[in-house]
Amino acid sequence: MYDRAVLTVLLVWPLVAAAALWLAPERRAKHLAFVAALIEFALSVPLWWRFVPAAGMQFEASRPWVPAWGIGYHVGVDGISLFMVLLTTFLVPLSVLGSWRYITTRERGFYANLLVLTTGMIGVFVALDLFLFYVMWEVMLIPMYFIIGIWGGERRLYAAIKFFIYTMTGSLLMLVAILGLYFAAAARTSIHSFDYAFLLANVGPLGKAAWWFFGAFFLAFAIKVPMFPFHTWLPDAHVEAPTAGSVILAGVLLKMGTYGFLRFALPFFPAVALHPGVQAVIVTLSLIGIIYGGLVAMVQPDVKKLVAYSSVSHLGFVMLGIWSLTLQSVQGALLVMINHGLSTGALFFLVGMLYERRHSRLIEAYGGIARVVPLLATVLTIVSLSSIGLPGTNGFVGEFLILIGAFQTHPVAATLATTGVIIAAMYLLWALQRVIYNPLDKTENEKLPDLSLRELAVLVPILAGIFWIGLYPKPILDRMEPAAQHLIDIVKPAQPAALR
Amino acid sequence: MSLDLSTSRDLLLALLPELVLTAWALVLLLVVAWRHKTAGDLRIVGWLTLAALGSTAVAVWWLWWNAAHSPGITPMVAVDDFRYVADWLFLGAAALTVFFSFDYLEREQLRAPEYYVLLVFATLGMMFMAGGEDLIVIFLGLELMSVSVYVLAGIDRRSARAAEAALKYFLLGAFASAFLLYGVALAYGATGTTNLTLIGAQVASLAIQGSPLILIGLGLLLVGFGFKVAAVPFHMWAPDVYDGAPTPVTGFMATAVKAAAFAALARVLIEAFSATAAWQGIIVGLAVLTMIIGNLVALAQRSLKRMLAYSSIAHAGYLLVAVASGSAQGSAAVLFYLAAYGLTTVAAFALLAAKGRGGESDVQIDDLAGLSTSRPWLAFALAVCMLSLLGFPGTAGFIGKWYILVAAVGAGKGWLAALLVLASVVSAGYYLPVIMAMYMRPAPFAQAHAGVRFGRLGAAALAVCVAAVLYFGIRPNRLLDLSQTSGAMLRPAAALTAPTPGN
Repeated sequence: MYDRAVLTVLLVWPLVAAAALWLAPERRAKHLAFVAALIEFALSVPLWWRFVPAAGMQFEASRPWVPAWGIGYHVGVDGISLFMVLLTTFLVPLSVLGSWRYITTRERGFYANLLVLTTGMIGVFVALDLFLFYVMWEVMLIPMYFIIGIWGGERRLYAAIKFFIYTMTGSLLMLVAILGLYFAAAARTSIHSFDYAFLLANVGPLGKAAWWFFGAFFLAFAIKVPMFPFHTWLPDAHVEAPTAGSVILAGVLLKMGTYGFLRFALPFFPAVALHPGVQAVIVTLSLIGIIYGGLVAMVQPDVKKLVAYSSVSHLGFVMLGIWSLTLQSVQGALLVMINHGLSTGALFFLVGMLYERRHSRLIEAYGGIARVVPLLATVLTIVSLSSIGLPGTNGFVGEFLILIGAFQTHPVAATLATTGVIIAAMYLLWALQRVIYNPLDKTENEKLPDLSLRELAVLVPILAGIFWIGLYPKPILDRMEPAAQHLIDIVKPAQPAALR
Repeated sequence: MSLDLSTSRDLLLALLPELVLTAWALVLLLVVAWRHKTAGDLRIVGWLTLAALGSTAVAVWWLWWNAAHSPGITPMVAVDDFRYVADWLFLGAAALTVFFSFDYLEREQLRAPEYYVLLVFATLGMMFMAGGEDLIVIFLGLELMSVSVYVLAGIDRRSARAAEAALKYFLLGAFASAFLLYGVALAYGATGTTNLTLIGAQVASLAIQGSPLILIGLGLLLVGFGFKVAAVPFHMWAPDVYDGAPTPVTGFMATAVKAAAFAALARVLIEAFSATAAWQGIIVGLAVLTMIIGNLVALAQRSLKRMLAYSSIAHAGYLLVAVASGSAQGSAAVLFYLAAYGLTTVAAFALLAAKGRGGESDVQIDDLAGLSTSRPWLAFALAVCMLSLLGFPGTAGFIGKWYILVAAVGAGKGWLAALLVLASVVSAGYYLPVIMAMYMRPAPFAQAHAGVRFGRLGAAALAVCVAAVLYFGIRPNRLLDLSQTSGAMLRPAAALTAPTPGN
């Protein structure tokens, strides 16, 4: 019963809760939203234990939706999406809690949007029908657009529309490519269906068209990740979004891009993906992302922008891991996807907390606050270290695995990527020094309150996750391994492309 | 129910909806001649018009339910599902227009019940266009529709802008009609018939696909239709006319008139000219131009009404993509898209009418700022309309656009589909600011939206539109099946057995 219904319930429950929010009084909105998000998390937790690593897709549910076009409602979870779903349900209640004080206007609308966004995000990760996937991929744009546009900072309108149009450009081209796959499979089998497994088995050799289709998928996902030349929407969206928006954006939305590569772009187009030219371009872009993101982060005067650019750098690691296509590197990439959700999420929470206290995101507005807010300073230090990848924290495990894996296929790139870790240490430690150490020279900073219980409740679960993954990642890696191996098996044997 | 159109009884049955509506139109004319003074008279005529449209829809339904068809080549009038579904589209758009006109006419002091009569005549013309199996019938329907709409555009005699719009529409429209008629003449010259199916059969059997007569005739026909659907480069009239006409009329023009022209265009191209490959290239060219220019110019508009006018040009471009695919899928996509687009556009113009005064051309997009706080439901409705026009998942507009993409990719025109989606991205640049203004900007002053009023009837119709847009966005199955079966009814003449030339 649980196994068949859980994903559908996870998708429907936030919508129900969002609808209920409209009937609730304004000042109760956040309480209701928090309870709803907690229930959502509680519903998702048994996934962890009931998940059977070796069993491939599970918790599947499917129903016809628009039979005339072979569109179905088909959802399921494997070792790749399981963690994305759990990460989403984990971060949403924390985001509600983190917005407690930050959001003061139109609260109902805000939390309703957040809950609808939850449905969209989970939908993207569990969809096993390409039409459903596309619908979810787009649907999640609207609540995020509103979250940035209504509750964002000064330049929120610009950031919101930029975010929307960037994402839409990529995804609409992907839509055409999805149709291309659909007709390619239909031409071979005369069955019209958007089902993932069916298409994967039946699209057959696409020839030249594969390049176009891959290009469309690549653009959609690369914009979302974001990869180097497509990243310019990210700093704007991150900086203008309210805290919860930034957390969700960094924690979950960016992972949709990398998830898309793992789920669609690689398995559908192995011949293109393994083409040395494509490999070279993507690995180079990932490297540029790693190093350029880090360097740009270093010179930011604005903490939030610094964290935003650090995302570009981290996601560059993920891309490098994915495209190295070894078991370690793919597992590492998956792990960094989780880690980045935790660490960067926590960093955005902390920046938001600082902003609530001081109403400034500029590094130079702070200095020496470790003496005033020791707890906050401690947490900030731990989280920064985990983001840098200090052994014992989650960041180390993921990036280490990626580098090990990448050394086997792209040794030069892996060598260069290690500088990314060093750059991360430079920008984060330097920022840390200027924010919480240095002399306490500004009078406004002398009276800052330390973390409240609510804020601790936001941060402690994340800290627990950071240390858990850092010290004992085995249960997570065990659950990932068969799925990662399966992915590599799908892509790699296709190496002599002509044989298929 | 198989009808033999050579017997007058069956011919009358086949024409039942048109006859019903004609009778009603005459009754309405009499009523109007007799009572045209007070606002009450206006309302009576409005309700009678709704009864006329409703009973005609029932007549159409009766034909559809009995699966009325006619074997072989039908003279003059087609008896197929495509016609019935298209008729429903026109009747529905007209009925919605009536609902939104009740308040509008009273508010604007337009005490002219002829308004409704003209609406009925225009609808009648549309039904002949969609049902015409003969170029002459289609032309007559087109003229009936056009003349009625010329007058409707200028019905507000006090407004100089409306007069300008009507005159412009009339002059350019007359010009376009002449082109169309000349095209009909040349097609007749080449094939010796004006019956669509026979033209198709003649072109195929005489192998005159490349003859200059047929090509020039086709080109002139396309110019005429291109004008009616406001395809670039024949779109110059559209923004000014849409802008100047009373807003419910604009909504009617942007939906029903466009739908009629597309229905006739699809029928003419598929039934008569499927063997003449030249039109595909022309339509593709028109589609590309229309999508690009419509969207880019819409981007520059500050006035909501003009923006919607250009956006409707852009949508004509999307519809042309569906026509260009030339398949049954394409015709079905045209029908579905027209339904989705019609619902959305009529609702959007109705919302605009509620916000503005005296022609509404003065409502800027930024004037909507803060609407979401003072009128949340209206803002929600307009937001849904904008998202549907944008083609966002969850709305009927998305399914419509998806259908067009399916048709285009299925016909091997993947690049055209890619161009369509890129054009849609551009359109986000002007639809989103509307949402942005309503939700993300504060109202300029406290009473900014105090004047926004919606009568009970209008509100109910609006609610139905928005609910339908959302419903068909999530469960399109019924509408999809309907358009699929009716789209498949348009068949190229070459598929018919034993063409019998001459008539």
